[in-house]
Amino acid sequence: MEPLTWTGALGTLLNPLFALAVLGLILAVAGYLLVSAYENVQAAFSTTSGGMVMSAPHSESLARFILPTAVATLGLGIIYLLAGIVTPYGTAGILGELGVRFLPVWIALAVTFFLSITYKRKLGLYGKLFDSPIGMFGFAIVMFWVFTAIFVAMDLIITHDPLGQVSGMKNKLPGTPLRGAAEGDYTHYLLGGDNLARDVFSRMVKGSQVVLVIAPAATLFAFMVGITLGLPAGYFGGKLDTIISFMANLVLAFPVILLFFLLVTPEIRAAGIPIPGTDYIWRVPTILASILFLFPLVFLVVLFDSRYFTQPSKRNLYVGLTILIGGYVYLGMAWDADPFGLISIDGGVLIVFVSVVFVNSPTVFRIVRGLVLDIKTRDYVAAGQTRGEGPWYIMLWEILPNARGPLIVDFCLRIGYTIILLGTLGFFGLGLSSESPDWGTTINAGRRLLSIYPHPAIVPAIALMSLVLGLNLLADGLREESLKD
Amino acid sequence: MGMFILRRVGVMLLTAFCLTFIVFFMTNLYPNLEKLAKTQGNFRMSDEAVVSYLTREGYMAPLPVKYGRWLGVLPNHVTTNDEGVTTGKCIREGVNTAETAPRYCGVLQGEWGYSSVFKDDAGSIIAKRLGLTGWLALLAFAVMIPAALIIGVLAGMREGSRMDRTLSTFSIASSATPEYVSGVIFIAVFASSAFGLKWFKGSATSAMEDFTWANITLPVATIALYGVGYVARMTRASMAEVMTAQYVRTARLKGVSFGNIVIKHALRNALIAPFTVIMLQFPYLLTGVVITETLFNYKGFGWMLVQAASNNDIDLLLGGSVVAVVVVLVTQLISDIGYVFLNPRIRIS
Repeated sequence: MEPLTWTGALGTLLNPLFALAVLGLILAVAGYLLVSAYENVQAAFSTTSGGMVMSAPHSESLARFILPTAVATLGLGIIYLLAGIVTPYGTAGILGELGVRFLPVWIALAVTFFLSITYKRKLGLYGKLFDSPIGMFGFAIVMFWVFTAIFVAMDLIITHDPLGQVSGMKNKLPGTPLRGAAEGDYTHYLLGGDNLARDVFSRMVKGSQVVLVIAPAATLFAFMVGITLGLPAGYFGGKLDTIISFMANLVLAFPVILLFFLLVTPEIRAAGIPIPGTDYIWRVPTILASILFLFPLVFLVVLFDSRYFTQPSKRNLYVGLTILIGGYVYLGMAWDADPFGLISIDGGVLIVFVSVVFVNSPTVFRIVRGLVLDIKTRDYVAAGQTRGEGPWYIMLWEILPNARGPLIVDFCLRIGYTIILLGTLGFFGLGLSSESPDWGTTINAGRRLLSIYPHPAIVPAIALMSLVLGLNLLADGLREESLKD
Repeated sequence: MGMFILRRVGVMLLTAFCLTFIVFFMTNLYPNLEKLAKTQGNFRMSDEAVVSYLTREGYMAPLPVKYGRWLGVLPNHVTTNDEGVTTGKCIREGVNTAETAPRYCGVLQGEWGYSSVFKDDAGSIIAKRLGLTGWLALLAFAVMIPAALIIGVLAGMREGSRMDRTLSTFSIASSATPEYVSGVIFIAVFASSAFGLKWFKGSATSAMEDFTWANITLPVATIALYGVGYVARMTRASMAEVMTAQYVRTARLKGVSFGNIVIKHALRNALIAPFTVIMLQFPYLLTGVVITETLFNYKGFGWMLVQAASNNDIDLLLGGSVVAVVVVLVTQLISDIGYVFLNPRIRIS
């Protein structure tokens, strides 16, 4: 097999056009920013301009070029990616073949967007997201990675075994044909090989799974902890508030990186309290997990208990189910003591998960507390109190639903921040095993030979950046749309 | 105001006490001590030998006692070996003897202990490394703060304009690029043979002696980029809020020019909130410094922390942690006091 080039035969036609479009876009944006900044500064120091609406003729004429060049760049980019579907293998180069590998993702994205835009008026805040171009763009990036993770689990997309080493493929450049490819093997390493001769592309898409399972779950847990503590602290105030706030500030004052280095080490995982009379040692990760994972359970029990307090039969059903299912998951996750042996978390993953929850929950606590302090002065809360509603009902069913806007926005941002934290842990080789395909660990493995073979580190770095960027843009779009009400 | 500062300082001291105790507790967990004993002695030590080594060195004392000794409020641990020679933390050959050495020998007396990795006094190592990092952080701040403020003010003065959208997108993108991503991309693009642009150096080791454009640009850009986005977004939000205030509207109705409104009326009030945000950037800066120094092999404070933590160099790690925690707490204090001081509505009431 021939090695693939980035754009293949198609590139001879498209590359000059694409270069022209990109150059135009850069010139238009940079020119617009510079000229517009200059005009603003000039206006600031001139005393003659009296009106508040200023005419800005030069920057406006440059701004007119931004949209067409952006559309041209984007359109050509899409052609690069989708051309591979209709042309024979290799004609559209590496980019085209990547587009073919991601074909299920494109279809799923198209279906999602078609359905969402069609029914957007019936979908509440989610539907309104499709009114904001920035939010839509962010949502598309996030869903791209979500679908990638799902389809990789179904064994689509991925081209090689993420742990499989092929002799002769060490540090090979993107597009290198697989040496000694058997019948049915994918014939190229699309994004090259890493320093252990594994396929960079397969590791990257496989890594999206690790990231997209741990980060949202850890963020959700941090929110449960933060909400369960923040609601009573804000609502009751007093000594309770002082104590919890002091503890939250304690964690916040702890430099994150230091906490990771102290908490996520093999030695800490071995440390623990021996339970007298038994062989069992209560390990540090288990101690932390058994405390932190209790909060979601408490949260759900209080949530249902306060809602159906007046209907004992319903309440018993919901609370009972929560305790049964939640308790089962809790035993499996925190104590590794699932009686059926279905749920268990590897020790390295558990400590990573726990420390990320631990770092995030004080910030969530502060946000929730601030929101509660604001909302509890509203009239509908006073009305609830007059009706004789209990404090937990007011907190969970009157205040919390009204604080959802800022919390949803922060949830998106926080998933992004959690992904960055996970990457930091991977970058220092803490917690996850060195074979793990997650992006932080892969960047760490790739950075040693960075100045000679940059591709094994750049690919996961760009993947991580794009996902976090997508989440931030999504949060921005949601914030904008939720403020419009 | 005086009472407020006093109370804040009190809370800060309490927090520092709690945090150093937590760090002390975690570094003194038994598996960590076992590792220390094995690196100091030999790796095939039996469990009994480990215990006897730790007992001799005073590591088996109860935790509060050990913490008191380290802090310098309890008499220091001394051992006498078989030959009758007494050794201890502050007993130095040629300087003093077991009789004349100070009994209390801890952080409060300025004794930071001995680094088992660098084979030197921990205090002097920390001072030296902190100096190196100080330069890097100073340069990063000198780039980051003006850039972030300019972007934030330009974006926030006309909310929703095209300028605002472009600059906001840039700041969102920059805050989505952690140091290990931007550093990797910078090195690959500007310092590797793969792209052919060898404008800068991929290692900043030589910058420890002498800064040059080639060796310090990439580390500084790496640290600054991640912070710019966040500070710029906060500045933008603050600026946008001030621009909708009543007094700005009054100024417009009076016929003050837009530029004068921005520079003379809005800017002063709009910069109060970013001030606190900038001060609170220091804890994040520490993470950035650790990553950047590791990536660019610049042997400063962050690099030292990584070395101390991965080798369980207890004294050095404790010292480094104290410095990090104190930096965080002092910046929080300055931020709180500064906020009250800058904001007349709070200051006067």
